[in-house]
Amino acid sequence: MSAIAAAVGIDALGSWFDRHPRLTTALRWLGWATVGVLAYVVLILLYGKSPLHAFHEIWANTLSSRYGLQDVAVRMTPLLFAALAVTIPARIGQVNVGGEGQIFAGGAGAAWVALTFTSWPAWLLLPAMALGGMLGGGIWAGIAGFLKARGWLSEVFSTVLMNYIAILAVSALVFGPWRDPTSSNYPQSRELVHAARLPHLGASRVDITIFAALGLIVAFDWLLHRTRWGLEIRAIGGNPYAALRNGIPVSRYIIVAMFVGGALAGLAGMGQLSALQFRLNPGLSASFGYMGFLISWLAGHNPRLIVPMAFLLAVLASSGDILQISQGLPSAIVTVLSATLMMIVLLARAGRRAT
Amino acid sequence: MTVAAAPSAVDASAQPAAEPLLEARAIVKRFGPLVAVDHADLAIRPGVHALLGENGAGKSTLVKILYGYDRADSGEIWLDGRRVEVRSPADARRFGIGLVFQQFTLIPALTVAENVALFLPDLPRVLDQRKIADRIRETSVRYELVVDPARRVGTLSLPEQQRVEILRVLLAGARVLIFDEPTSTLPAQEVDALFDVFRRLRDDGYPILFITHKLAEVFALADTVTVMRRGVVIDTLAIADVDEEQLVQMMFGQTPATVHRGEPHPVGATVLALTGATCLGEGRPLVDLDLSISAGEIVGVAGIAGNGQRELADAIVGVSRVRRGHRLLLGDDATHWSVRRIRDAGVAYVPERALAEELIWNMTLEENVILGSPRRYSHVGGLTLDRRKLHKDFSGRLAALGLDLPDASHRAGTLSGGNAQRFAVARELARDPKLLVALYPTRGLDVPTAAAVQELLLHARGRGCGVLLVSQDLAELTTLSDRLLVMRDGRIVADLDPHTTDAYEIGGLMTGGAS
Repeated sequence: MSAIAAAVGIDALGSWFDRHPRLTTALRWLGWATVGVLAYVVLILLYGKSPLHAFHEIWANTLSSRYGLQDVAVRMTPLLFAALAVTIPARIGQVNVGGEGQIFAGGAGAAWVALTFTSWPAWLLLPAMALGGMLGGGIWAGIAGFLKARGWLSEVFSTVLMNYIAILAVSALVFGPWRDPTSSNYPQSRELVHAARLPHLGASRVDITIFAALGLIVAFDWLLHRTRWGLEIRAIGGNPYAALRNGIPVSRYIIVAMFVGGALAGLAGMGQLSALQFRLNPGLSASFGYMGFLISWLAGHNPRLIVPMAFLLAVLASSGDILQISQGLPSAIVTVLSATLMMIVLLARAGRRAT
Repeated sequence: MTVAAAPSAVDASAQPAAEPLLEARAIVKRFGPLVAVDHADLAIRPGVHALLGENGAGKSTLVKILYGYDRADSGEIWLDGRRVEVRSPADARRFGIGLVFQQFTLIPALTVAENVALFLPDLPRVLDQRKIADRIRETSVRYELVVDPARRVGTLSLPEQQRVEILRVLLAGARVLIFDEPTSTLPAQEVDALFDVFRRLRDDGYPILFITHKLAEVFALADTVTVMRRGVVIDTLAIADVDEEQLVQMMFGQTPATVHRGEPHPVGATVLALTGATCLGEGRPLVDLDLSISAGEIVGVAGIAGNGQRELADAIVGVSRVRRGHRLLLGDDATHWSVRRIRDAGVAYVPERALAEELIWNMTLEENVILGSPRRYSHVGGLTLDRRKLHKDFSGRLAALGLDLPDASHRAGTLSGGNAQRFAVARELARDPKLLVALYPTRGLDVPTAAAVQELLLHARGRGCGVLLVSQDLAELTTLSDRLLVMRDGRIVADLDPHTTDAYEIGGLMTGGAS
């Protein structure tokens, strides 16, 4: 009897879900968030610390303080670019795992401009650096796009492998030709001239590229839904075989989407260099490329969801540092949590598709 | 309902006193609205039994049901005079039913012996490779299925792989052998060797059922022949009682013409020409092909499906590249043009399966219309879309075709196959094409809609559009076409006047039989 009642109950619940799709979506998100928080709690408990205390620390140092909010915004900026770098190719079915390498390639491109044209004024140098960053990242991803469009090599492999090349190439540059001779032991380039530094908002650490990132997200969303190019992008994403027969140049779209994605990741590299670090060094990106990948997938490649997801991950990343400093917890706890969240979300999606 | 007794009555003269070993009774299988197999009866006795029909006649589906690979919606399977439930290929193998698929199912990375071992019903946990190899050798000697058990399957030729398939079906203890188009992957000289194997198996008492659409094979080998057309078993006959003409008629039928082609039309300039075109895309290669289509003519293409019709369409619309030779479009050399450029020049294309090959399922019909003619509905190169013009066209040009289209806001993926087909035809014809390439445009449509589509093709021809019409319906082809081409093995084997030819001649050319 109880089994029957349970079955009936599930049926009733199922039809309630069908009748309230929006509420169901909200509930599902709430469910995921709860699972995420619970995972966090378990991890903190495993270290013998108080979760409540930890959450208070996080709250006090991220969302409720001016400095905390600034920190979140600063962390969010490269994540927005990196997520868009994954989302744009993903809309035509390309998996760009190479955001990290494209950030480094972009950083190197921007650094070359800044270190070469040191006498240029800021109004000329900064756009030139942005262009250098975009070309660096764009070409790096464009190579992978070209190999894929030709049918030679899957972009999944080429982008992953090119991450290592880009990171090591930047190391080689700052250990070798670009090394600052005056710096003692640390491998890094010469410091950028002042004209090569991006303006910040007031006295904060937040730089203006965050607006560029937000603007690009809005622009991509508009392009996707209001233009013929967007229509063709969605057509390729829907059925590449049919798209080809409609005369859409699928190969060209693959190369262009990868190039544009890489160019945006390159902008993240340029931002890190020009707004925060002022020197090219092997620590240019703290896994922003990989986090961007996570964000894009969490957002289901929907540009509108990139912003909240990037915000969430930025808070998480920020909280990791806070817990390390105040509670003595390893900051890797955040990486564990992110990975757990990602798997939960992807599993939930797979489950939904299966039903 | 069941008329299971009927085939045995027919066969009584050919195989006196032999009870059927395996029997399908009133099998029905539907795929959505399509009835793939419609109350089919088939009785398999010792001897060689050919199952003949066009592609899409339901032959493969019927044998897959016997093998448990597909489940029938209704109907019964009888084995040794008892009713059995065949729920899976494993069930079928347990009952002694063996099927050799058209596409082989071997694992290339494993050896012949390992592939055979996977199929053995009495496979022990620890494999004794030598024992398995010995069993393979014993059977391969007996039936002259020569193959080295230690070789990796990936290194074998197609005929050798087929031998492995046959060996493993035999070693798995099959008592009934079914072959799905066994000669389709074989070069001509290997076909004779395969037939010798069939004869030796028959002499050992195995009942053999093989699927084919080649008449020559039926007469070379079979004792009994069953003809299917559009899911229905037309008849089962002893081979001594039939001739080629009868079989062709049973295969292709004679449907009454529903459309009158009107006055012969003056033919205009050449719209499309392929000269010595060689295309090596996916599927069947086209080599050194010549074709020309003029304004105001319908060029029909007959052929068993899979003989290069699809590849021919791909070569015209630019999906596959022309490696050698030329493609001329409206007097321009279009050999290296992209699909988009070819479409923009006025070429329209109705694919074989609209939903899989031309429409984007998660987009609305309106959006699909834009994709078909992007330049018409976008400005500034693609930055903006002209939705107003789109609405006007949808309720104007498209609706005027009279095909009773679904609402423009429906997503393509929600349409039934027939509706998707209708929409694809309307979308392409509304572009006022100069050349229309249509693959099976009336297949799966109900009779009035099919007639409406045929009228539209004639109307387009009347406006001076050149039409390439690929169809399986010979009555449709002879009624509509001004010229009729026959394709076989990727080549155009005949260019006929459809009004002085008959189904027998065309069928003979399609199947490669003597004519």
